[in-house]
Amino acid sequence: MAKRDLGKYQPLSYFQLMEASLRELLVEKRIVTEAQIAAEVEDMRGRTPERGARVVAHAWSDTAYKKRLLENGTRACEELGLEVPALKLVVVENTPQVHNAIVCTLCSCYPRMLLGIPPDWYKSRNYRSRMVREPRTVLAEFGLKIPRSVQIRVHDSTADMRYLVLPMRPEGTEGWSEERLAALVTRDSMIGVSLPKRPGTRP
Amino acid sequence: MIPPRFKTGDRVRVMKSYPPGHLRTPYYIRGCEGEVERLCGAFPNPEELAQMRDGLPAQPLYRVRFRQSEVWPDYRGAAADVVEIEIYQHWLEPA
Repeated sequence: MAKRDLGKYQPLSYFQLMEASLRELLVEKRIVTEAQIAAEVEDMRGRTPERGARVVAHAWSDTAYKKRLLENGTRACEELGLEVPALKLVVVENTPQVHNAIVCTLCSCYPRMLLGIPPDWYKSRNYRSRMVREPRTVLAEFGLKIPRSVQIRVHDSTADMRYLVLPMRPEGTEGWSEERLAALVTRDSMIGVSLPKRPGTRP
Repeated sequence: MIPPRFKTGDRVRVMKSYPPGHLRTPYYIRGCEGEVERLCGAFPNPEELAQMRDGLPAQPLYRVRFRQSEVWPDYRGAAADVVEIEIYQHWLEPA
């Protein structure tokens, strides 16, 4: 975030003004309290891609868990103590033959409970309209060249399900602990626009 | 809940319909033919929910797989590439 001089008066942007007006109105009408809003914001900040990375690392380490995760993502997350209310999770697996990527063309549906707040590009019109139409070009712009022999499956999350990509476990990680594995799993690799970090790369 | 009409592997076509209101069926897929990948369950109809109604009985929701080369005539990726989209049953007919 850009540094701001807090001592100086900054006019509110259109959306900041709208947020403040709506929030104050909700509090004034006793629909929610300031404390509830603060708790919700705190909660939202606590959801980071590390949650998703934990799920991926566990699936890499335990094939029986991976099977359950692919069958019922929501239930498998609950096994790890990750509450995913209002989230019907579908986990899609990358293999040497298939690469998966996620988009929501209608709005910006995203597995927030596992990945936190979506990046701005995910919500951009550019990504949403082009990912579904020319996925190979878009992935190349992210630095990911997928050979034509690999099938690309784009998942347009248009309704009630949410998606998470299970990337392929990087080579050279045999015998690694789940904690070490999780550190290789990036947010973008779980959206399908990049691959996990390779062992030995700097964070 | 409305009973499901389709099962995994069935060929289906998305209706080419343009009703007004809040819809979860993207424009680009209307009229396209695909294959049912799985039944996701049944959910209140979002078109009804948007009108402040209860959306019941719940509509079966499917993940349908479409070949990119059939969705976009000028698609330049690989022939095997697909797009998978959630479509509610009332938008689907047997193909």
